[in-house]
Amino acid sequence: MFTLSRRDVFKTGIGVSALALTGRAVRADEPLRIGFLTVKTGPLAAGGIQMEQGMLTWLKLNNNKIGGRTVELMVADTNGVPATTRTKTAELVERQKAHLLIGPLAAFEALAVADYTESHHMPTMGLAAFDEGTQKGAQKYFARPTASAGQASHAMAAYCYSELKMRRMAVIADDFAYGHQQTSAFLRVFEDMGGKIVQKILPPLNAPDYGTYISQIKTDLDGIFMGFAGSNGFRFTKAFFEYGLGGKIPLTGGLTAMDEAILQQTGEDAVGIMTANYYSAAYDNAANKAFVAQMNKDYKADPGYYASGPAICGAVLDAAITKLGGKVDDPDLLINTIRSNVVENTIRGPVKFDAYGQAIGNIYIRKVERKAGHNVNTVIKTYENVSQFWTYDPVEFMKNPTYSRDWPVAKNLEN
Amino acid sequence: MTLRGSRFWALMSLFLIALPFALPSDYYLGIATHALVLAILALSLDILIGQGGMTSLGHAVYLGLPAYAAAWTMQNANWPPELAIPFAIAMGTAVSALFAVLSLRARGLGFLMITLALGQVMWGAAYRWVGLTGGDNGIRIPVRPPVLGIDISSVRSFYVVVALALMVALVCIWHLERSPFGACLRGTKDQPKRMNMLGHDVWSIRFLAFVFAGFWGSIAGVLYVFDYLYVSPSSLSLPQSAEALLMVVLGGAGTLTGPVVGAIIITVIKTVVSSYVDRWYSLLGLTFIIVVSVMPRGLVPGLKAWFAPKEGGAR
Repeated sequence: MFTLSRRDVFKTGIGVSALALTGRAVRADEPLRIGFLTVKTGPLAAGGIQMEQGMLTWLKLNNNKIGGRTVELMVADTNGVPATTRTKTAELVERQKAHLLIGPLAAFEALAVADYTESHHMPTMGLAAFDEGTQKGAQKYFARPTASAGQASHAMAAYCYSELKMRRMAVIADDFAYGHQQTSAFLRVFEDMGGKIVQKILPPLNAPDYGTYISQIKTDLDGIFMGFAGSNGFRFTKAFFEYGLGGKIPLTGGLTAMDEAILQQTGEDAVGIMTANYYSAAYDNAANKAFVAQMNKDYKADPGYYASGPAICGAVLDAAITKLGGKVDDPDLLINTIRSNVVENTIRGPVKFDAYGQAIGNIYIRKVERKAGHNVNTVIKTYENVSQFWTYDPVEFMKNPTYSRDWPVAKNLEN
Repeated sequence: MTLRGSRFWALMSLFLIALPFALPSDYYLGIATHALVLAILALSLDILIGQGGMTSLGHAVYLGLPAYAAAWTMQNANWPPELAIPFAIAMGTAVSALFAVLSLRARGLGFLMITLALGQVMWGAAYRWVGLTGGDNGIRIPVRPPVLGIDISSVRSFYVVVALALMVALVCIWHLERSPFGACLRGTKDQPKRMNMLGHDVWSIRFLAFVFAGFWGSIAGVLYVFDYLYVSPSSLSLPQSAEALLMVVLGGAGTLTGPVVGAIIITVIKTVVSSYVDRWYSLLGLTFIIVVSVMPRGLVPGLKAWFAPKEGGAR
């Protein structure tokens, strides 16, 4: 409607100043329409609801404004089904005329809509951590301010090798792409540094019981890396302690192995577990303190992986749209500004983007500590400006296959 | 009867022709297209349920498998769509023949469980055989390719393709129902023993019906992948099978319009109503409960009975 009226003004040939005036007047009234793709029904709903809470909390703290414009948040429930995600994306783009999208939650959903958002020139802030999104399948209208699946694992591997002096490790992860990519990234850096992954265990995503997998674990290990999603990190840790292995072999993990969402229910067993993430609810800066306090107040929960992503998107968008003076009608300009900006004070610290749309930022090594009966992911080491390619050359990196179940090959397995 | 028949075809054609003009935007036409693709799937399932009395919980196989076959051959083997489409339909139909042999060993609950198990096997294969299917990530088709030189990339042109396919499906299934074979099939549903005694080969009749259903399901599958341009294990999953079954039961099994109406209602609740109502799953459940308790035979037969002139009301 807005573009139409502006075009009419053009046609009638009214003076340039009048055009600027009307343009500005309409723009100030019109809200910034953000399409928010999340999952509110089905098995992925727990994460999807936290995602929405994170977005709402950030908006509340920022007076519901991004880049000076009032936000109209259009939340769509994708049901975690790719076909529905596609329909909902079409609805947000075509019917509700979104200026940009945030989401969706799962990698398969992001893949299902990738060609659509790209062909419709729809700036999309991705949250799903899948390596393809910003590597071989990198897209022009896509930016992910969180992390690729392997990004944090690289840092965890370096920490295990250099700081914890671990040399013999096992990896255990959910048997799907996200788990594979986390463990493969860990394996690559750890073995390139000189360590050995001697065991790789991949239980199914919905394993009813981890007993059979825990009984396979070797006893002469320096540590275990966990690439779990959802509540599996909690379930594995609980079983690990039940089988008497707790405290005997140090546990480490990737993005979601000890997420804030499961941190409290894991109880004292969680203490000492070290994981790598782009965020921690315990990260100390003003933006994050306010965010965590508001999340605690409104939802009685610490934000974790799912809730933090939209809040980082909020800050990144705010910086870009402020720079553009509130103008978001040109998708190329918008995405290029997002990707070329450096944002200092997001809840994860500074964020900038690489040439493929993936954020370069801090990766925190966090250790679970118990403070007044409450578990927190205390930051014990910060790796600054971590790229999704770690220290490898991006072009060389992408000549290899994308991290998967079969690549890189684990050469030191002992069975 | 013939008069009522021709009226049905006129109304159906009118509905399909009017739809693109009645809907306010391409977005809604896109949803209509999704609904009609699923309507073909529901119609094919209704051959089994409504005509043959065989309730299957694995019908998503014929949606997902040809979708995978078409997507894989076009994306990974660079086949032209003119080759990939017949191949995908043939593959879906062949698998339905194989699965018919396996599942027709049982009736009723046993049949339901075997089709469910076979469906889960296919789902598991799609999910786990990452090298072939891309696993969880599925297979993408970047743009809808032209078929036989005809550009079907726009929403409107693809709608025409789907609407035509639906009309052909309706005509074929209508003819099937009216044919001696259709009568035999209904016979095997109601009185299998008598049919057997009369010299009909009950197993073969059921087998042919199963393969016919698989064939039309496969056509829905190919349209599905051309519609969404993406296929993942969810299109082969149990919820997808259950949804097709729900469409048939909601609209009315054993009728031509029932599965189409069911498909439209469920798609509208899933895609349009869910944008306004958070608890749309509950709404879907509620709709189903109300329809089943008020009109046990489904919406279409139920409404027909409602509006039909009451015969001998005084008696």
